[in-house]
Amino acid sequence: MTAQASSHVDVVVAGGGNAALCAALAARARGATVAVLERAPQHMRGGNSRHTRNLRCAHDAPHAYVTGVYTEEEFLDDLLGVTGHATNHDLARLLVRESATVPDWMAAQGVRWQPPLAGTLALHRTNLFFLGGGKALLNTYYARAERLGVWIRYETAVTDLLLDGRRLEGVRLADGTVLRARAAVIATGGFEADLGWLAEYWGPAAHNFLVRGTPYNDGAMLRLLLRCGARCAGDPREFHGVAIDARAPKYDGGIVTRVDAIPFGIVVNRLGHRFYDEGEQLWPKRYAIWGKLIAQQPDQIAFVVLDARAIRRFIPPLFPPITAPSLVELAGQLEAQFGVDRQALVRTIEEFNRAAAHNTRIVPDVLDGACTRNLDPPKSNWALPVATPPFFAFPLRPGVTFTYMGVAVDAAARVLRQDGVPFHNLYAAGEIMAGNILTRGYLAGIGMTIGTVFGRIAGTHAAAHA
Amino acid sequence: MRDPDLAREATRQLTICNACRYCEGYCAVFPALELRQTFTGGDIAYLASLCHDCRACYYACMYAPPHPFAVNLPRTLAAVRTDTYRRHTWPAVLGQLHSRSTAAAVVAAGVALLVTLWAAWLAGERLFQVHTGPGAFYRVIPHWAMLVVGLGLGGYWMAVWAIAGVRFWRESTTGAMRVQARALGLAAWDVLRLRWLGGGDAGCPYPTERPSQSRRISHGLVFYGFLAAFASTTSAAIYQELLGRLPPYPVVSLPVLLGSAGGVAMIAGCLGLWQQKRHSDQAPAAAETLGSDYVFLIALGMTNVTGMLTLFLRQTPLMGVTLAVHLGTVAGLYVTAAHGKFIHAVYRVLALVRSRAEQRTGHLPLEVAPAARHHAGAIDPDGSVPPQ
Ligand SMILES: Cc1cc2nc3c(=O)[nH]c(=O)nc-3n(C[C@H](O)[C@H](O)[C@H](O)COP(=O)(O)OP(=O)(O)OC[C@H]3O[C@@H](n4cnc5c(N)ncnc54)[C@H](O)[C@@H]3O)c2cc1C
Ligand code: SF4
Ligand code: SF4
Repeated sequence: MTAQASSHVDVVVAGGGNAALCAALAARARGATVAVLERAPQHMRGGNSRHTRNLRCAHDAPHAYVTGVYTEEEFLDDLLGVTGHATNHDLARLLVRESATVPDWMAAQGVRWQPPLAGTLALHRTNLFFLGGGKALLNTYYARAERLGVWIRYETAVTDLLLDGRRLEGVRLADGTVLRARAAVIATGGFEADLGWLAEYWGPAAHNFLVRGTPYNDGAMLRLLLRCGARCAGDPREFHGVAIDARAPKYDGGIVTRVDAIPFGIVVNRLGHRFYDEGEQLWPKRYAIWGKLIAQQPDQIAFVVLDARAIRRFIPPLFPPITAPSLVELAGQLEAQFGVDRQALVRTIEEFNRAAAHNTRIVPDVLDGACTRNLDPPKSNWALPVATPPFFAFPLRPGVTFTYMGVAVDAAARVLRQDGVPFHNLYAAGEIMAGNILTRGYLAGIGMTIGTVFGRIAGTHAAAHA
Repeated sequence: MRDPDLAREATRQLTICNACRYCEGYCAVFPALELRQTFTGGDIAYLASLCHDCRACYYACMYAPPHPFAVNLPRTLAAVRTDTYRRHTWPAVLGQLHSRSTAAAVVAAGVALLVTLWAAWLAGERLFQVHTGPGAFYRVIPHWAMLVVGLGLGGYWMAVWAIAGVRFWRESTTGAMRVQARALGLAAWDVLRLRWLGGGDAGCPYPTERPSQSRRISHGLVFYGFLAAFASTTSAAIYQELLGRLPPYPVVSLPVLLGSAGGVAMIAGCLGLWQQKRHSDQAPAAAETLGSDYVFLIALGMTNVTGMLTLFLRQTPLMGVTLAVHLGTVAGLYVTAAHGKFIHAVYRVLALVRSRAEQRTGHLPLEVAPAARHHAGAIDPDGSVPPQ
């Protein structure tokens, strides 16, 4: 039975990304009537999830789409490592355990994987890649949901929750109509698209951030839940942020705006100074700290400077580099275009080059120990002098992927109130509850794992109210 | 490229894809793209010929219009293919026919009509008589007339293809390109099983977004039907020239069996492709290629229908007329084959050979950066993974 045009459904799902669709499919599989309310228009459906590429899963044996073994213990250790143990251990363990069942469940929904490409580092052991990426994944989920009779509405924002104590009675939509429901799953993402809200924690600096994903995740539902007495989880200042090209659009530039050049060059701020060890770790383990590092620099801008030997060592980015035949001219261009301190920049590079002069070659795929001498901050690996013309620079800004602060949930994905008692029939999944697990740090692919695992749990439990 | 706007637009989109690479599992375009950092006109023509217009990347693209990045590879690469066909056409004036399908249809129909009338005129009063037994066809339309059409127009068609192939290969391979036997073998295997039309496992999102094998099946019918018809003609030539047996041949004979199997397959394949094209999503399609596709399907379909009719009617007084019409449609088909959609076969096969060669040997022209392939350490883990 479909919920078409009715004013009552068993399960209403707010949001239209990965977590929402997983919840809807799980609830429908239990026989509930389900409505998905997506705020975005159809062509923008799928939130940040449509920009993704892979998700992280534990597995005891290699199979067609992952290499090697990634045990639950190792996954958990990795998670505890990046968060410094500041995580809800029960939920973290639940996430890791459930992750092992995710690939089969996804395949049963019709999702297709990309076979691992030979020689790609660690990620093909830990992460499964969706064939065609996140939008293809979401297309599959939407098509299946439609086939199964899930009622899907676009351009339909949820604006209010009708609560009677701990019990949800229904939701109010932007046009004022009320949809009654026996349970609701809130999967409306984080609040990363509301830079004004981020400014409450980051000050005016936040207005210089760029939002990598959907403009629709403004956190209105998170605000509402907190106002309704939900308990907050996660640090409001924390977010997943990477260095992206400063010329990227304010919203929705997605994956192509990233610049993976940092390990092969040096990074300076507007004052012309280096501020962090560019070669501290292999890039997949460090890429997610650079957003916040740049957020702490004057005017929230930085520049990665490279020479001819470095320029081809990374995926060619979307925007062409600023190019000059000499360092002095490059510094001049950066001064003219971005107000960089030209003289300081040239001094910094010369200093760096002296400290790296003894290195003649690097080995990019491993921590090669080719470090600088007597330099602060050091560059611990891949420290070749920036000396072979022509020279290149990419301007960088913090690109916010998603925020961590959300609502606290229990193991059934029920939203907890401040007193620790769960709402009776109100669930949350995805970014909006990621802060239970991610308080800081990031593991590549865990965003989609959180959404899939808790979406499924939320949908399954919500269907039980039908 | 002839159209600088198209070249710019293709480069723009390919640059976005090269920074993204999410679609690398779909087809041969992306692995080839990932070997490059910049794109020459030849590279773009080559990449476009690796695209079989399956639309998978269009539906998967978070940057598809109306996103401001406006990535629509199937449409853009189809336009590039048409541009490439036009540029490499000999004689140059006829290159226009690739984007003017009405004119192409008129020319082909005109040639078909002329040849039909000419054949009928040659037949004279024998046209409506019943002829049977060895040499019956030649008693209606003289053997030399058939040779003029077959070798003359057929030779013209082959010459146009050969010139286009040489030009395309030269343009798309900068530097010395060594093609090893193994790469050739693999490319042949790719062609024979229509590998990429399978879209991996589940099929391509064509004609609708739902993955399906229907296009691969229809295309396979046309492809193998064509090979069977070619084998039929060859065996007929052997019968006639070496064994001294003149057509028509009995129903149970190599030429007739191969010919009718091929004919039926091609008719079914053309109908399938026609049907799919009609129902296909126009958003990722390039308007200027559509007409040319239809013209070719009509020409091929008609040739096979008239061929089958000749078989059925060969013992009746209608044999002469059917034969004349068939000869005309064959002539029309040759013209369409030289100056229409069929020429994609040349480009596609060469592109697949090139792709196998460069993937296997790692040979790349100078401006291509092998480094981009090596540094899995330098990638965004949420993002893409370089090949190899
Ligand atoms: C460029 C990029 C690449 C990424 N790559 C990866 C990756 O490879 N692997 C990975 O694990 N993670 C990745 N992430 C992170 C990942 O996108 C998120 O962790 C994940 O998508 C969160 O899913 P979600 O369903 O919670 O949120 P979303 O997918 O963002 O869905 C939220 C949905 O809620 C809707 N919505 C918002 N407000 C309302 C409202 N009031 N009413 C109704 N609907 C509303 C939005 O329109 C949206 O559809 C990436 C993120 C970005 C930006
Ligand atoms: S998702 Fe879009 S930009 Fe990325 S590779 Fe596919 S078509 Fe290109
Ligand atoms: S349309 Fe299909 S064949 Fe062409 S580039 Fe896209 S995925 Fe490849």
